[in-house]
Amino acid sequence: MSRVLRLNPVACAGHGACAELLPEVISLDEWGYPVLAPGPVPAGLARRARRAVAACPALALAMESAADSAYSEKTQSQHRADPSAGPARLGT
Amino acid sequence: MTVTSPAGATPGLAARPPGPALPRLLPPGGRPGGLAGHLAALGPLPYRGGPGRLIADVAESGLTGRGGAAFPVARKLAAVAAGRRPVVVGNGAESEPLSGKDAALLRAAPHLVLDGLQLAAEAVGARRAILAVHPGGYAGGTLTGALAQRQAAGLDRVPVELAEATDGFLAGQETALVSALNGGLGRPAFTPPRVSDRGVGGHPTLVQNVETLCHLALIARYGAAWFRSVGTGTEPGSMLATVWQADGRAAVTEAALGTPLGQLLDLRGPVQAVLVGGYHGTWLPAGQAAGLALSNASLHPAGAAAGAGVLAALPAGRCGLAETARVARYLALASSGQCGPCLNGLPRIAAGLAELAGTRPRPTVIHDLERWSGLTSGRGACHHPDGTVRFVRSALVTFAAETAAHAAGRCSAPGAAPFLLVPAEQTPAPGGRR
Repeated sequence: MSRVLRLNPVACAGHGACAELLPEVISLDEWGYPVLAPGPVPAGLARRARRAVAACPALALAMESAADSAYSEKTQSQHRADPSAGPARLGT
Repeated sequence: MTVTSPAGATPGLAARPPGPALPRLLPPGGRPGGLAGHLAALGPLPYRGGPGRLIADVAESGLTGRGGAAFPVARKLAAVAAGRRPVVVGNGAESEPLSGKDAALLRAAPHLVLDGLQLAAEAVGARRAILAVHPGGYAGGTLTGALAQRQAAGLDRVPVELAEATDGFLAGQETALVSALNGGLGRPAFTPPRVSDRGVGGHPTLVQNVETLCHLALIARYGAAWFRSVGTGTEPGSMLATVWQADGRAAVTEAALGTPLGQLLDLRGPVQAVLVGGYHGTWLPAGQAAGLALSNASLHPAGAAAGAGVLAALPAGRCGLAETARVARYLALASSGQCGPCLNGLPRIAAGLAELAGTRPRPTVIHDLERWSGLTSGRGACHHPDGTVRFVRSALVTFAAETAAHAAGRCSAPGAAPFLLVPAEQTPAPGGRR
C-alpha cells in the first residue's frame, strides 16, 4: 500500500523540521512553509518520512495510505498538481 | 416560456404546478399575505412522513448547491441522513460583498426558505434546525415574524433557531459557519472531519444555502420533472443571480441555467470586462463573456464558474488593474491568517497588484505575482487562497493591455472613482490574526 504525506496547513507553524529530515520530498517556500512533492512517498524513504512526521512540533504532518488520502479533498499534492483547476468551494 | 406538467402525477405532489416557469423563487412585488398568502399561492407544505423519502426526488431533480460549490444536494442529504442525531443549517450568511440574493430571499420569501429548512430536516431526520444569516440580517423582523406565524399555525415540526454568522468574507464558508455556531471564532477549519460527519455540536450537519432550500421546497411540491423543465440537461433548474450592470445598477434576478450572459448583462454598451462568480471568480473580456452562458458547462472551459451567480460588468473608463488591486487588498485582509501560505502570499500579491496598478511598476513585479500565486494557490485549509489567485490571474490576462500601458507609465482611467463594491475596511485585531 503506497503512502502519502498530508499537511494540515492550519496546524503548521513553519518550524521546518520536516524539510530538514526529508528534503527529497519536502522543500520550504520563501516564507518557511513546507511544499510537498506530489504523489506517494518513495518506498525507500518511508522510514525517514515517519521520522519527519514524528519530528513536527505542531503535529501538522501525517502519513496515511493513498486510499485514505483520496477521500480527503484537501491533500496538498493534489491541489498543487493544477492550481488553476476548478471553481472555488466557498459556501454550499 | 411555459411549464409542462410532469408526466404522471407523483403521489404527494401538489396537483397544479405553477404556470409561468420563471420566476419561481421571487415573484415580482413579493408574495403578499404572510404565511396564508404563501401557502395559498404554492400549496401546503408537503411533509413526506419520514426521513429519506424526499432524497430520491431531489436526486432525480439534479439540484445542486446554490451557494457556489454546486455540489449535488441529494448526496449531501444522504450522507447526513446516515449519521446520528443530525443537525440542519440554512446558510444565509452571504459574505460575498457583490451577492444580494440570499438577503433578497430572506426578505421577500422567508416562508419558502423555512419550508425548505423543515423539509431538509425531515429528509435527514434532524431534530434541530438553524437559520444563519448575515450579521444584522434578520431582515428587519421578517424572520422572527415569519417564525411566529408558523408556530401559531403549528406548521413547523422542528424548532428553528435564528443565528447570526460572523462578519467577513469567509463567514459563509461552511466550516467557518459551523465554527461560529459552535461558539468558535468562525474561521475555516481543516477537513476532514467534514461538517457532514462532525458539525454543529459534534453532530453530522447538513449546511445548505438558503436558495438551495427554496428549490428543495418547490421540488417537494411540484416534483423533479417540473424542476428540470427549465435549465439544461446536465445543469437543470434555475438560479438567482446578482447582476451588476456597467451603469452601476444592481438587481437580483432568476435565470434558467444556460441563459446567455448577454441576456442578463447589457453588454452592448461600453463594457470592457465581466467578472463572473464574484471575488473568487474570473474576469473575462466582454467580447468573450458575450458568447458564454450561465452554466458551468459553458463557463468552465473559459476558466470560470457560475458560483453563487454574481455577474458584474466593468464599464469602459475604469482601470481593471486598479479595481482588482482594491479587491485583492480586501481579500488579503479577509484571510483568517491560519495558514502560512495564505497569510504570507495574499498580502504580497495585493501589494504587487497595487504596484502594477500604479505608474512605472518595476518590471519584475509581474514575475513576483506569478511566483506568489503559484506558492499560495491550493495550500490553505479552505479555498480562499485558490479563489483569490484565480481572480488575480484572470485579471492579469483580461487586463493585459492595461498592464502594458502601466508599464509605459500610462493608466487608461487615472483617478477614476472605484466601481466594485468593497466593504469598509476592518482593522486587524491585536496580534494580527482574526
